[in-house]
This record gives sequence, C-alpha cells and structure tokens, in this order.
Amino acid sequence: MAEPLTVARSSGGRRVRRLGVLIGWPLARRLGGAVFVLWAVATLTFFAVRLIPGDPAEAILGGPGSQTSPEALAAVRAEYGLDQPVFLQYLAQLGRLATGDLGRSYALNMDVGPLVLSQLGGTLLLAVLSLTVAWLLALGLATWSTGRGAMARRIGSGLEIVAAALPHFWLATTLIVVASVWWGILPPISTADARGLVLPVLTLAIPLAGFLGQVMRESLTTALESPFVLSARARGESERGVLWRHALRHAALPAIGLSGWAFGSLISGAVVVETVFARPGLGRTLLNAVTVRDVPVVIGVVMVVALAYILMTILTDLASRLADPRPTTNTRTPGGAQ
Amino acid sequence: MSAADAVPLAVPMSGRPAPALRVRNLSVGFGSQTVVRGVSLELAPGECLAIVGESGSGKSVTARSLLGLAGAGAQVSADEISLAGESVLGLNESAWRRRRGRDVGLVLQDALASLDPLRPIAREIGDSLRLHTKLDGAARSRRVLEVLTAVGLPDPELYAGRLSGELSGGQRQRALIAAALALDPPLLIADEPTTALDVTVQAQVLDLLEEIRDRGTAILLISHDLAVVSRIANRIAVMHDGRIIETGTPNEVLGRPTHPETRRMLAAVPVDKPRGTRLAPAPEPLLTPEQTAGAGRLRVAERPSAPATEVTSGSPGAAPDARTPSSPDLALEGIGLNKTFRGPHGTVQHAVDDVNFSLPRGRTLGIVGESGSGKTTTARLALALTPADSGVVRLLGEPWSVLPEKQRRARRRLVGAVYQDVLASFDPRLSVREILRHAVAVAAPDGRDGANRRAGEARVGALLDDVGLSAALLDRRPTDLSGGQRQRVGIARALASRPQILICDEPVSALDVSVQAQVLDLLDELQRELALTLLFISHDLGVIQHVSDQVAVMHAGRIVETGPAEQVFAQPAHPYTEALLAAVPRLV
Repeated sequence: MAEPLTVARSSGGRRVRRLGVLIGWPLARRLGGAVFVLWAVATLTFFAVRLIPGDPAEAILGGPGSQTSPEALAAVRAEYGLDQPVFLQYLAQLGRLATGDLGRSYALNMDVGPLVLSQLGGTLLLAVLSLTVAWLLALGLATWSTGRGAMARRIGSGLEIVAAALPHFWLATTLIVVASVWWGILPPISTADARGLVLPVLTLAIPLAGFLGQVMRESLTTALESPFVLSARARGESERGVLWRHALRHAALPAIGLSGWAFGSLISGAVVVETVFARPGLGRTLLNAVTVRDVPVVIGVVMVVALAYILMTILTDLASRLADPRPTTNTRTPGGAQ
Repeated sequence: MSAADAVPLAVPMSGRPAPALRVRNLSVGFGSQTVVRGVSLELAPGECLAIVGESGSGKSVTARSLLGLAGAGAQVSADEISLAGESVLGLNESAWRRRRGRDVGLVLQDALASLDPLRPIAREIGDSLRLHTKLDGAARSRRVLEVLTAVGLPDPELYAGRLSGELSGGQRQRALIAAALALDPPLLIADEPTTALDVTVQAQVLDLLEEIRDRGTAILLISHDLAVVSRIANRIAVMHDGRIIETGTPNEVLGRPTHPETRRMLAAVPVDKPRGTRLAPAPEPLLTPEQTAGAGRLRVAERPSAPATEVTSGSPGAAPDARTPSSPDLALEGIGLNKTFRGPHGTVQHAVDDVNFSLPRGRTLGIVGESGSGKTTTARLALALTPADSGVVRLLGEPWSVLPEKQRRARRRLVGAVYQDVLASFDPRLSVREILRHAVAVAAPDGRDGANRRAGEARVGALLDDVGLSAALLDRRPTDLSGGQRQRVGIARALASRPQILICDEPVSALDVSVQAQVLDLLDELQRELALTLLFISHDLGVIQHVSDQVAVMHAGRIVETGPAEQVFAQPAHPYTEALLAAVPRLV
C-alpha cells in the first residue's frame, strides 16, 4: 500500500512529528490506564477465586478428598499466610505482584512465574497465528464478495454469519472428525510440528474471520461507493489499484480497532481449544488450576493474559493511528464528509 | 493565481482539428429506466460547455458515460462518442483505463470526499502520473508541485504532504482540480465543482476554471446552478428528464429562454426578486395531482410586494400588512451574545462575538454568512439549546436564555425550528403520520391537540394541508419522499406546536432551485397566514435578499453589517458585505 513517493522535503519532518505526537501523550495515558487495569484484574481475580468452594490448604496438601490432619492444615495455613485476615492477604498479594513475584503454585510445587512463562509462548503463537489467519480469511472473503453482484454479496454475508456463530468446541470436534478421522491428513491432537497447529488455528480463526469479515465488508462497500474511488477510477486506476491503494485501507480501519478485542477473545478461546486438542498452553494451565483451586496460578495466568491484552490494545491503537493519519477530531468514517 | 502563468500547463497544439468531445445520440438506461435520452454534444478545445439541470435530469450520468463510468448495470448506447477525435464507443475496460486521466479528467463536488482522506494530496495527484507515464518518483514529485502551482495553491511544497482534511475548502478543491489536470488532458469534466463551497471561494474556483479553459482545455461543466455556469460557460445546454431541451450562449438561454422548463428554472432563482414575489408558478404545477389533492387551502392571491417599511422602528402608522406587528414589541431579541468553543490543542474559537439582534413580531430577520461565520451557533443560542458565555436572549419581551430549562420547556412550543438536513432529523422508521403525531402530542401535553386520537389526527391533517402536502403521503417514510416533500414535512413538524417564531437554519440549501422556490413561497404564505416571525439563516445571499425584511451579515462570529434588506443589498456599508455581493454569481 505504501509506495515510496518522495513528496516534499517537509513531509519527512511532519511524519516524525506526527509519530512523536501519537506515541507521546496517548502512550503515557495508556500506560496509566494499564496499571489501573492490572490492579483491577488482580483484585477481581483475588476475590473471585475465593468464591470457589473448598479450602485452599486442602488443595495445597493434595486436593480435596485427601486425608489430612488438622495440624498439617494449620501448618500449611500459617506457611502460606492463609490464617491472616482477608484484607491483609490481599495487601500481601498486591505487594508481591508489584515486585513481579507471582508466588508459588499450590498444586505443582513450582514458582508461578516460570510456569506461566513456559506456557505463554504456545498460547501466544496460537493466538497470533489465529488472528493472522482470521484477517486473511476475512479480507479474502470481503474482497471476493464485494462488487460482484447481489449473489456474491449474499453468499459472503451468509458465510460470515454462519462462521461467526460457530462455537469453538463444536468446530474443533467437527474439524477433527473431518480432517483426522475421515481424511486422515492432520493429527487430531496438537503435535509439536506445524501440522499440529493447523486444526487449532482454524478452530479459533474461522469464527473470528466471520466477525471481522462482516465489519470489513460493510466498510469496504462504503469505501467503494465513495466519491474518491470514482475520482481514482476517473484517473485510470484499475480495480486492483482501487482496492489496494484506497478501499482496503478504509475497510481495514474498523477491523484494526476490533483486533485488540479479538485477541482477548482468542485467548479465552484457547482454553477450549488447548483442552480439545490436548495442546500445552496458558488456557489448559488455567483450566487445571481452577479445577484444583490453585489460586496463585489462576492469578498469575490472568495477570499475564491481561498484560498481553493491554499490550495488544496499545498495538492496535498505534496501528489504527498509522493507518488513519487524520487528526482524531475528524470523524473516522470512510468518505464521511457531510 | 498569477503563479499559473509561470508554468504553462497546456502545450498549445496549434489548430487542433478535432473537437475535444463529440457525442451523438447518447442514451443511458438502468434496467427498464432510461435516464439519458438521445443527448448530443460537441465541445471545441478552449471552450466551456455547461450542462445545467435539476437533480435527476441525467446530467451526471451523461458526464460519467463520457468516462466509461456510468456504473454497474448501465446500458450505454450512442451513434458516436469521441474524445479528442478518437472514438471511445465500445472500448473494453483496459482501453478505457488508458484514456481516463490522460484524455479526460474528472473533477467532482466536495473535495473532502472526492480525494482519499487517508492519503496526502501529492499521492492522489501523482497517481495519474504513476498510471500513465514512466516518470520516476522525483520527476513525479516535480510535476505534482508544478500542477499545484498552476492551480494557484500557495506554497505547494508545504501543502503537498497534507491530507485533504487538513486543507481549507478552496485549497482542497484546487488540489482536486490539480489531480484531474496532472496529465493535462484536453478535456476536463467538472461535475458540480463549486457546489459545496462558500460564495467567495466559489468565485475563486470559477476564476481558476476560466483560466484553465483559456489555456486551451475544453471544459464540460455540470451544474444545477444557472448563475454559476453563466460566468464561465461559452454555451449552456439545459437538461430536463434526460434530454437537452435548450442550447445556446448564456445570453440566449438566460435572456431569451425558449423552453418553458428553462423559464421556470430561471423564475425560481430568488436573486434580485423582491420580497413576497412568487418564485414558483402558482398553484404549483410541479406537484402531481395526487400530491396537490389536499393543497388547496393556502393558495392565496398574489399579494403586492411588501412596502419598504423601516423595520426596527416599530413606529406607529406602519403599513397595514399582516406582517406588521400588532404591538411594537419584539418577538426575539439577542443582547451582547458571546460564545467560544475550545478546539483541539487548546485553541479557542470565538464562534459568536458580541452579537445583537432584534426581531419584531411578524417580520423576517435574515442572517447571512459563509460557513464557520457563526450563523448556526447564533441560531442555537436563540433557541437556548446552547448556553451563551455572556449575553441574554429575550423571547416575546420576557427572559428566555437565562431561565432554567425546566421553566423554558413550557414555552419552547412558541419557537419552531426547521433544519437543512431534515431527513437526518426524522426517525427513519417512522411514517409521516407518526412523525407529525409525535410532534402534535409533544407540543400539546395539556391535551388541546393530543388528548384524543381523533383530535390529534385532525391536527395532523391540518398541518399537512398547511404545508401543501396530500394526505396520501401520510403512510410513507421520509426516505420515500422527495427533497421538497421532506422539507414540507419538516416545516409541518415545526408548526405542530403553533409557534409564533420559526427559526430556519439553511432550510432550502439542499434543494433544487425550483423546489427551493416552492418552499420559499410556502414559508412566505405561512408567515402571512399565521403571522409568524422568522429567523432565517442561509449562506445564500439571493435567498436572504428574497426572504428578509432585515438582514444581518455575519463574518468570523461578528455581525459586520445589519439593516433593512433593500439597503444592505443596494448600498453595502461594510467591505465584507461588498466582497460577498461581488462574489455572488448572477444571471448574466
């Protein structure tokens, strides 16, 4: 999209200044907001986990149902500070989090920090790949079905609605049945190689592509009908040029804005997908930790996910500022000029 | 604009033999509907031919057909279409692409939407060069700056890297023209190139087009505005219902129109028509019989034009006209109004700056000014929808703007408002009946009009009758109405509360001139019948001159001149008023 056209000497300076403006204050505001969000997430999670029935001390000593003496329980409570008032426990937890200490897992007998980090990579890879594939699918479908008549439009929007409505667990099992059981071309559980990633990524990407596609096609249609596209055509621009140089950029704007949210939904989708495909990752770790009431792991995973979500939101914000250089006071509608 | 002389755009081809454009018997249809019927045109180099017509007359489709861009599903047929002597009939898409931008350039209305808002204007202008030449980046940049200079954009190096949204309306329109001229095509098609512009900027853009024409480029100018095209067109073709009904020089067409449609269009132009003169032929032959069915009540015999009374005096013994205030008090009065807005990056904009106005009962105060001059803010202050920073508005001699909204609400029904974009002010899911029923019910919560269904229904019928609409339209939605019908519904809604004052903010700006004429006539009749007081806001000096008793000229938030309409228009005292009046395109 960005052909190198040296315009005027001053435009380089403008660009630098523009970058400065869009990274300066907004970023500072964002960082302030991020700290607040992390605190809120830590607080909510801390109290939400206490709602899970059962005694954390029992979880530490081998989970519910295990035979433990009251003395052992009391010793564990003292060791982990569970005999303190809730408010003090909360403050202690915040203090540890502030220093970057995520604590020690009750059930796995290891530090939460390294545990979460070891699982983070797989989930991030899954989420980023899924987001990319979803974008490609949505773009492909939107460009194919726009400007090709009413039939193509109906097919496109129909596919998008169906895709957006598919639940992850159903899609995962269906993909396994079709691709692994019937055709036998892909492994039903996630293996370490690239082939093992295909089905999990598709499971997450297809519903998201439905969402993104709906938004993209709407704005692509608006952009293609706007006067600046007529101007471009009147200059001799080809259909492909109209798409790549003008319309797709307008179509991408709202989808870029949605991508931060989409990333969050992908990570929550990873809980299902990693379980169905027996794939190691944060989602499965979280599910296991909730099951055995492993509070530090739950909080650790949630904090890391929240942090990733915040970073992703900042990234999409920067991306949409780069894609849409208009001052924010302008209305951000393609060709919106009344 | 003198900079244009420095870089000659056109390489003058001595005695180019072929006409820049020749069209014979062009017809364009969409499905079963034919929108252009047998149009023939010829345009010599250095000549400007204007196609004038109202919306739906087929002028834009004609223009787009000449670029092969009539649209998906258009059936275009012609005996001949040739650009610069070469036939373009039946070209395939890639052959068309090689000609667009090179043989013919297109300039559209509203450069904010017609230049990609996400790309710097230099890229937009450079696109034709990239598509049609082998120039490298540096050579393209040089050419872009050349063209920007040629269209009179000051300091092109500074502006080249800007987005269209960062330019003023006039700069933007120049950039759009530059984009069409980058390859110096022999033919320029300009479709309403000045329609969205302020009158002074419009005058500059027309000057620029004239200059381009004089350099040897043929210009096909499309416009709804006879006055605009008469400034630069060598010939005018009037289009109506897909046909060219009349062609001739501006003097012929404007001075001795032969076709009744042309005469009707000319009669509808409000410029220099005295207050109270009907603009549309009565009784409105444009409405279909179905539409006129209920429109009989208001047809009043033509009234002699209003006597030129001194407006503000309130002196006894004024002319015995329905408009004369029964008592000398003021309907609406603004005293020392100020309003500032905070812009981005801490800038402060003084939208309304020490504005005073007084509006005697039954009279019309016209506020005229260019965009951003503070007209609409003044209207909002008068309606007490926006609180003023300082100053007060008094309604019927009593405090208005200083009251708390709770007390004001009961008196809001005394003031009605009519807006430009009336469609946006309707809930699109409601029918005309529901829109008016709501207005009636809200206006009379005490039960006078809204208490029972039948009374409400009767009031809706009476309102429709007042604005000359047929009851057959009651169950339509606003989107299914024509622009004029919508504006009539908007006026009916404003009248639902039986207001004494009507505040009209650009009520006719989006309308064709003949529809505008009908709406202006309607407002005039309503004012007489209902003894309404009007605060009428417009950018259009012709409209203001026609409707106003008293005129206030606004510029940069201030009223720079005020006085009786005849006096302001005949002997403007302020240089800004003079400049505005000089910029108004006139019929010959």
